[in-house]
Amino acid sequence: MTKFIDYTLNGISSGAVYAAVALALVLIWRATRIVNFAQGAMLMITTYIAAAVITSTGSYVLGFVVALAAGFLLGAVVERLLMRRVEQGPPLNAVIVSLGLYTFLVALAGMIWGNTPRPFPPAFSLRGYDLGGTRYLFAPNDTYIVLAVVFIAVALAALFRYTPLGLQMRAAAFKPEVAQLLGVRVGRMFTLGWGLAALTGAIAGVLVAPSVFVAPNNFDPILISGFVAAVLGGLDSPSGAVAGAMILGLALSYVAGYEGDALVPMAALVILIVVLMVRPTGLFPAAKERRV
Amino acid sequence: MIELDGLCADYGPVRALDGVSLTVEQGQVTAVLGANGAGKTTLLRTISGLVRPSGGGVFFDGKDITRGRVEEIVRLGVAHVPEGRGVITELTVEENLRLGGLYRKRQAVPPAEIYEMFPPLRERSTQPASRLSGGERQMLSIGRALVARPRALLLDEPSLGLAPLVVANILGLIRSLADTRGLAVLLVEQNARSALSIADRGVVLNLGRVVADRPPTELAVDEKLRHAYLGF
Repeated sequence: MTKFIDYTLNGISSGAVYAAVALALVLIWRATRIVNFAQGAMLMITTYIAAAVITSTGSYVLGFVVALAAGFLLGAVVERLLMRRVEQGPPLNAVIVSLGLYTFLVALAGMIWGNTPRPFPPAFSLRGYDLGGTRYLFAPNDTYIVLAVVFIAVALAALFRYTPLGLQMRAAAFKPEVAQLLGVRVGRMFTLGWGLAALTGAIAGVLVAPSVFVAPNNFDPILISGFVAAVLGGLDSPSGAVAGAMILGLALSYVAGYEGDALVPMAALVILIVVLMVRPTGLFPAAKERRV
Repeated sequence: MIELDGLCADYGPVRALDGVSLTVEQGQVTAVLGANGAGKTTLLRTISGLVRPSGGGVFFDGKDITRGRVEEIVRLGVAHVPEGRGVITELTVEENLRLGGLYRKRQAVPPAEIYEMFPPLRERSTQPASRLSGGERQMLSIGRALVARPRALLLDEPSLGLAPLVVANILGLIRSLADTRGLAVLLVEQNARSALSIADRGVVLNLGRVVADRPPTELAVDEKLRHAYLGF
């Protein structure tokens, strides 16, 4: 029973990280119909930057803030300089560009920082909580991870739902041409959307870094899980992405706990295949439009 | 207010607009008529910047907007209500309306005023626009264009798929907007008879060219023109 509780708690914590990655993917998919395969590499770069700042200043908070700012900037620049040119074209062009960007960023990181994994300091203790004599596999740092992701998810939801800027971003995402005709600066909204998405991804990178270590390819599994979570949620719905991430986090945690770590990436892909076969629109598809 | 000077537009090798010149004055309704493929929709899309003209010029209030960006042309006060389903179905009715006036900040018309004009929208204000009927959607897209207090209105087939009574109401509203607010209206219609009933001028397009530009009464009595291009 303690084992089950442990795996569940652990699943919630990793589900939170997947949720942040899934949100980053969904935000971009909604805005520009592009699956950003470079997201994993982008959050790897920002995590390296955070690590550098933390090492040189000793301040975790500063490193965290710089990572977010760098994420936002990187996302905005990538949209403006690269993706803007392929947004209108055939979807395959965008896929190839994002894969190319992935390769480029991984190589770049290898050149700058080398391929040896570096440790990343956790924000809080990794020692599990002690409750009634039992030590659980859930540490203060996990609480921090969950709260940080809940915070960013709520902040994004509030931005989209309650602010004029969010309204314009949604309009630009749903019907860019109509939005333009209403005076919305659609290009700017896309740039902003990519910035916010990459910022969310940067959070995931910093949160997960203490447990995976920082190396050019160490964030690839996170991207896969985030992608599966996003597809589980229907790819179009931020709340679906969070729910999908939680389901996936728990499922993978049980697999890892009961069957062993080695099976985790395979389990993620099996879940992806099963979902695509049984419910191609995801578990939480967006509401259908009424046909008149 | 809107002045077109020899406007041309191409879709690949196909010439959609072939030297269209016309002016729309303040407070005037100009009906643009013609068969399918005559270039009516392209005309509106070229004015609002959605289609890049390949020649000629578009002037608004004397200002050259020929190669302006869509958003910036709209922000000058040119509202374009696109054909058919221009509402954003994923947003609520009220969100659609607010969106239309965001760039006007405090000068935007409050949604309540639009609901006065189109009462059916009020009951549905918090529902997603996907739940609206065709007529209600048309009301919403016109209402949404008015929220920004535009000075010129480009309307693409507002009568499409609507019941005759609804068409009459909408056209009546357009006429009164031109009269009371001095709106310059460029009205594209298949339904030539109703459009001419409220227009100050009728422009007939054929294969991207203006073949007639006259007061409605003169157009209506020209039997050859009516049979050839207007279908009544």
